[in-house]
Amino acid sequence: MFNALRARIRQGHRTVGFPNRPPVLPERYMGRPQWDATLCRADCDACVQACPTAALTRADGVLRIDLGRCLFCTDCTDACPTGAIGFTREYRMATDTREALVVNDRPYQLAKALDKQAKALFGHSLKLRQVSAGGCNACEADVNVLTTVVFDLSRFGIQFVASPRHADGLLITGPVTKNMELALEKTYEATPSPKIVVAVGACAVSGGLFADHPETHKGAGEIIPVDLYIPGCPPHPIAILDGLLRLLGVIEQQ
Amino acid sequence: MTTLPHVYNGQALPLAKVPELTMSEFRTVVLERIADGRRISSFFGMPHGDGIALLAVLANDRQGVLELCRTQVRDAYPALTPEAPQAHWFEREIAEQWGIVPEGHPWLKPIRFHPCYRKGSDAWGRDKARAIEPCVTDYFRVDGEEIHEVAVGPVHAGIIEPGHFRFQCHGENVLHLEIELGYQHRGIERAIIAGPGQRTAHYVETLAGDTTIGHATAFALAIEALGGTTAPPRAQALRAVALEIERLANHTGDLGALANDVGFLPTASFCGRLRGDFLNATALLCGNRFGRHLVRPGGVRFDLTTRIADELLKRIETTFADTENAVNLLWQTPSVMARFEGTGTVSCHDAAAMGLVGPAARASGVSLDVRNDLPWGAYRAHHVPTVSLPAGDVCARAYVRWFEVRNSVRFIAEEIAALPAGAIQQEPARPAPDHLAVALVEGWRGEICHVAITDDRGRLRHYKVTDPSFHNWFGLAMALRGQQISDFPLCNKSFNLSYCGHDL
Ligand code: SF4
Ligand code: SF4
Repeated sequence: MFNALRARIRQGHRTVGFPNRPPVLPERYMGRPQWDATLCRADCDACVQACPTAALTRADGVLRIDLGRCLFCTDCTDACPTGAIGFTREYRMATDTREALVVNDRPYQLAKALDKQAKALFGHSLKLRQVSAGGCNACEADVNVLTTVVFDLSRFGIQFVASPRHADGLLITGPVTKNMELALEKTYEATPSPKIVVAVGACAVSGGLFADHPETHKGAGEIIPVDLYIPGCPPHPIAILDGLLRLLGVIEQQ
Repeated sequence: MTTLPHVYNGQALPLAKVPELTMSEFRTVVLERIADGRRISSFFGMPHGDGIALLAVLANDRQGVLELCRTQVRDAYPALTPEAPQAHWFEREIAEQWGIVPEGHPWLKPIRFHPCYRKGSDAWGRDKARAIEPCVTDYFRVDGEEIHEVAVGPVHAGIIEPGHFRFQCHGENVLHLEIELGYQHRGIERAIIAGPGQRTAHYVETLAGDTTIGHATAFALAIEALGGTTAPPRAQALRAVALEIERLANHTGDLGALANDVGFLPTASFCGRLRGDFLNATALLCGNRFGRHLVRPGGVRFDLTTRIADELLKRIETTFADTENAVNLLWQTPSVMARFEGTGTVSCHDAAAMGLVGPAARASGVSLDVRNDLPWGAYRAHHVPTVSLPAGDVCARAYVRWFEVRNSVRFIAEEIAALPAGAIQQEPARPAPDHLAVALVEGWRGEICHVAITDDRGRLRHYKVTDPSFHNWFGLAMALRGQQISDFPLCNKSFNLSYCGHDL
């Protein structure tokens, strides 16, 4: 007993200041990419060729980076001869539509808060059922970590629950394997309406690396409607938390 | 005993040098070796000629070499499992992938629930027009008036991957547990064929995301072996450092999860944080908490500057001190030890017979560790002691992890102190045509085995991955025999196996 108390004092208070204070991210963190049109050569498509997930396309001289597919692997920056693609430290990337997950020559549209009615329902208490449907356990792990003392998700009224019947929504990871399709549908049906669906990670958003595999689907959106998309492979826990808090209207600034 | 060609870990040889034996020779050679203490590291089918070649990779831990042989089959062969139980999961995989029937296999069922890879074949003669439903199959049943069956999954209570568990119970007592997987099957092995291409390294890193460094290292070793490239010493050292940090993060997380499952919240809560601190140490190396995009054939993509090295050492040291404080509470708390000790016991004999690997094997007194027995890279010159305890219970599996945490911390400090200078990358040469390479890595769950085979143009014609979980899932089932069903979460955590690593 005394040992446990002593240890408790030693281990200290460990919850991060986010969202009131800016998050501490790794020095080599790869956040939202950016593209510099002035450096990009018209006759080159080295980055498009290098990308493992076809996240890059070029039309009318504008490079389009689909964050829904992006693994943040920097193979494109390695391939680019002029340094036209770079990765910023911007962790805010969650959107409320699949189409908004795009970096091109237009401003990036982050997810907006739920409407008033939904906010009244979920704003103070959001119970989520997590479904891993072909996730590699990295997305799962960094969702799970939100429940530790470090991120202390429950201070925002968000909790993961064991049964879909107790849940207000689902948080999906993985491309949705064919073998998990039925289980995901059943879990969705078992969740009472109105409900929220969050897709976490390149797999759940777009199928990621597995998008063209016969064994998998192209993400959760192919099976059920999605309300929040959080890109990354896996997204940093802060990026996931930021997305969830935007949905609840706790973080509003763009 | 017949001699077989052997390779060292991370070495390639021409496929033609792997002797093609008749089926009866093959069985004799493999079975006599297993009886003599060799283990199956990998055993798989591959399209060859007008049939399927069965290839066996046997680990000779005593001599530190891998022995290879193969045989050719068309539709069926006499199963090895009745004489060598450790072959049972491999033979189920061979049946499912290639429609080859291992005759006499005591429990021949699919393991991943996908259509057969060989057109027109099916080991179970299933109707091609009907979709294969995951885990819809026969289950082992115990009959009797007071017997009941409990089915759990695929969607479980926690944030965890999907799998299906069937318990045959008498009251609280588990007579038998059967585990069926396959929900996470993404078809990665098949997608790697004809590579390596720009996706291959990424695929490998997602085989089991919590073992990114382990699998990426095995892949890098295999590709380097095929091309005759050696990664620079500095890269090898950095890979080993990253692999040990991966072990630290996962072992610490597991010790916390074990505490959680017996309701001992202080250690559960502290270790939840500490695990993240170790993941952040990996992110210090490469920006990603799981080590994505760090290890590549030819070397590593990120160097350690002196400043980052100092920061890394400082963090590992303070995180370790807090981990020691958190974990020691477990051993000091009688109510925790009462739940750990004697729960989920696997005997040394059973562990060896089933071919368990990693901490699960070592906690049952089977003293195996690829880092020592078949060392690669930095481990050739720098040893990590093999930890082995005889008890075989949850407590031993927890203790082994704790000892390994201590050893990894020491190893990291010594590696960084003596970090070789020089390059971190060397352009890997093209894989040689018609060659086979085997790479083994001791990941935090145990032995990871990658076998890469090239075609006449040097492209991958076959790629076989064996995650440690593939060997160990049956160990969990055995650990549950005679236990209370309420001890399942605890036993499960003490193994903490990978679903996607198994399902591929
Ligand atoms: S960082 Fe994203 S866009 Fe660039 S190559 Fe990797 S996956 Fe493609
Ligand atoms: S998005 Fe990346 S990290 Fe997440 S499940 Fe898919 S492969 Fe794993």
